[in-house]
Amino acid sequence: MTGTTNAGAPRTLYDKIWDAHVVDQQADGTCLIYIDRHLVHEVTSPQAFEGLRMTGRKVRAPEKTIAVPDHNVPTTWDREKGIDNEESRIQVDALDRNAREFGVHYYPVTDIRQGIVHIVGPEQGWTLPGMTVVCGDSHTATHGAFGALAHGIGTSEVEHVLATQTLIQKKSRNMKVEVTGTLAPGVTAKDVVLHIIGVTGTAGGTGHVIEYCGEAIRGLSMEGRMTICNMAIEGGARAGLIAPDDTTFAYVKGRPHAPKGAAWEAALNWWRTLHTDEGAHFDKVVTIRAEDIAPTVTWGTSPEDALPITATVPAPEDFTGGKVDAARRSLEYMDLAPGTPLDQIAIDAVFIGSCTNGRIEDLRAAAEVLRGRRLAIGVRGMVVPGSGLVRMQAEEEGLDQVFKDAGFEWRLAGCSMCLGMNPDQLSPGERCAATSNRNFEGRQGYKGRTHLMSPAMAAAAGVAGHLTDVRAMTAVSA
Amino acid sequence: MQKFITLTGVAAPMPLVNIDTDMIIPKQFLKTIQRSGLGKNLFDEMRYDADGQEIPDFILNQPAYRESQIIVAGDNFGCGSSREHAPWALLDFGIRCVISTSFADIFFNNCFKNGILPVVLPQEAVDALMEDARKGANARITVDLESQTVTGADGTAYHFDIDPHRKHCLLNGLDDIGLTMEKSAAIDTFESRMAQARPWV
Repeated sequence: MTGTTNAGAPRTLYDKIWDAHVVDQQADGTCLIYIDRHLVHEVTSPQAFEGLRMTGRKVRAPEKTIAVPDHNVPTTWDREKGIDNEESRIQVDALDRNAREFGVHYYPVTDIRQGIVHIVGPEQGWTLPGMTVVCGDSHTATHGAFGALAHGIGTSEVEHVLATQTLIQKKSRNMKVEVTGTLAPGVTAKDVVLHIIGVTGTAGGTGHVIEYCGEAIRGLSMEGRMTICNMAIEGGARAGLIAPDDTTFAYVKGRPHAPKGAAWEAALNWWRTLHTDEGAHFDKVVTIRAEDIAPTVTWGTSPEDALPITATVPAPEDFTGGKVDAARRSLEYMDLAPGTPLDQIAIDAVFIGSCTNGRIEDLRAAAEVLRGRRLAIGVRGMVVPGSGLVRMQAEEEGLDQVFKDAGFEWRLAGCSMCLGMNPDQLSPGERCAATSNRNFEGRQGYKGRTHLMSPAMAAAAGVAGHLTDVRAMTAVSA
Repeated sequence: MQKFITLTGVAAPMPLVNIDTDMIIPKQFLKTIQRSGLGKNLFDEMRYDADGQEIPDFILNQPAYRESQIIVAGDNFGCGSSREHAPWALLDFGIRCVISTSFADIFFNNCFKNGILPVVLPQEAVDALMEDARKGANARITVDLESQTVTGADGTAYHFDIDPHRKHCLLNGLDDIGLTMEKSAAIDTFESRMAQARPWV
């Protein structure tokens, strides 16, 4: 595989962004790729900053580096008093010290703009079309919604980017996922991406960068597109991409770090060239009909365990190869019997938030279902806005009151119960309708059980006390 | 970084598919600000019960596998998060090589930064090596990076592919950052060019 594409040949969106960032290319195709934005959080960066310190290296481009604590931060309203857990506190303090010492942009816990790094980046206009964006976090794929080549990296690579503003990489293969047609009422971006992963499997995108396209994708808002690209990694691809268009430009325009005036016009001219050329080659193509997608939930402990809410829990024998044992293990962990209708699975908790579904549109969708309704008896609910600004916006719209009236806790911004590095966790055996991205064993808390779904579906599950088809509750036709 | 040249050792069989990063090292151990010391928590929730007692059935708790240096794993090993704590935990336990039919991209990449060799082999080869692994110390596996082979207990050698750059770095224990710093002139040039072409970045 070569680094840059032949001049004149039709290129994919991925080819174009890649070509625009090659600093150096070795004979074997290994490239040095320039990084336009480096996002940093407290969990995967301390060892990298320590590495710089030990070798006497500096951050090469602090103006392109943005740090924000999100994984460990408490989401309770008394968080200004500090973090109780000593290890979490040390990690957040380390980010604070590193950000100031190395002079990178920084949004501390006390800043209203603080939030989940993948929500803050786009919100502040750091993420722009055609950029390369990395972060020591696999959900960096989120930023691909802007037509930016964005992916997660490990801590060694975080140190590499801090020191050199580049990454050593070989080009991935091109994969196209096209969603044709129009989504049915009650079907959202989350349903689309869960459905896609159900079709391709969690390794379907391994070694590839996925470009999501087609009428149904084009029709999504930026929030919806971010939900899709966010979970590219759950489909095995380090990066997902959606070509930028007027929806993208309208979202970006006027954001604090977006270009202004003549620079905006110049940027726009280049951004409009960022699309896959007619006839460009994809190594793998998956086509999905939007009409085939129903509200979708997961039943097992892998994101590929996704089925329409109208389906039943499968049996291990429904699978082949290594998946038979994996399904058996999942069913045991999830305490589910094959043949159980998915919409009869009772839940104990609802979590609305995360970098997948913690944006304003997600909160609006959940609130819409909850208006005039309440959580079922015995079900606890938590809403964690993705950033301080999302929280403020929601409060201005009165959504916080809708959630509180429905019996939900209204929290401050952070990663929270998506992975439970702070005290927001499931108890052993507790079953949760979650808008997050991973249903792995223990993900939301030791022995906790996670069902992934959209914000509207999670809200509906909270009201019903069991997984349920939101279309019945909100009386939209299927 | 520790060099990887050749290794002969006991391999632990872990045939489960989709072994994810949260299984390899659960989130409560990501709060460290160091790279070392994670080996005791490798596969924590599979390895210990709620009281912190070892679960005897778990492969790495069995006497034959406590000193394993290799894991033979099911498809899509290391899927999930970007946490480098996963290879750090493997390395700290003593695992230097993982063999599977496929790996998640970020995990795969992270292994090379830590002197761990992830080997991709076809299903039949992984199946045969899985059988060797089930025999514990009676069927040691040899991995040779220079010749790009894994040799099973019966002497069958399986060739694997590896990116030449990664092979070179692993064989010599090279630090990527040092190598890239030597190219700082090229990075300077790129930055000046971009300051003209895309000044808004």
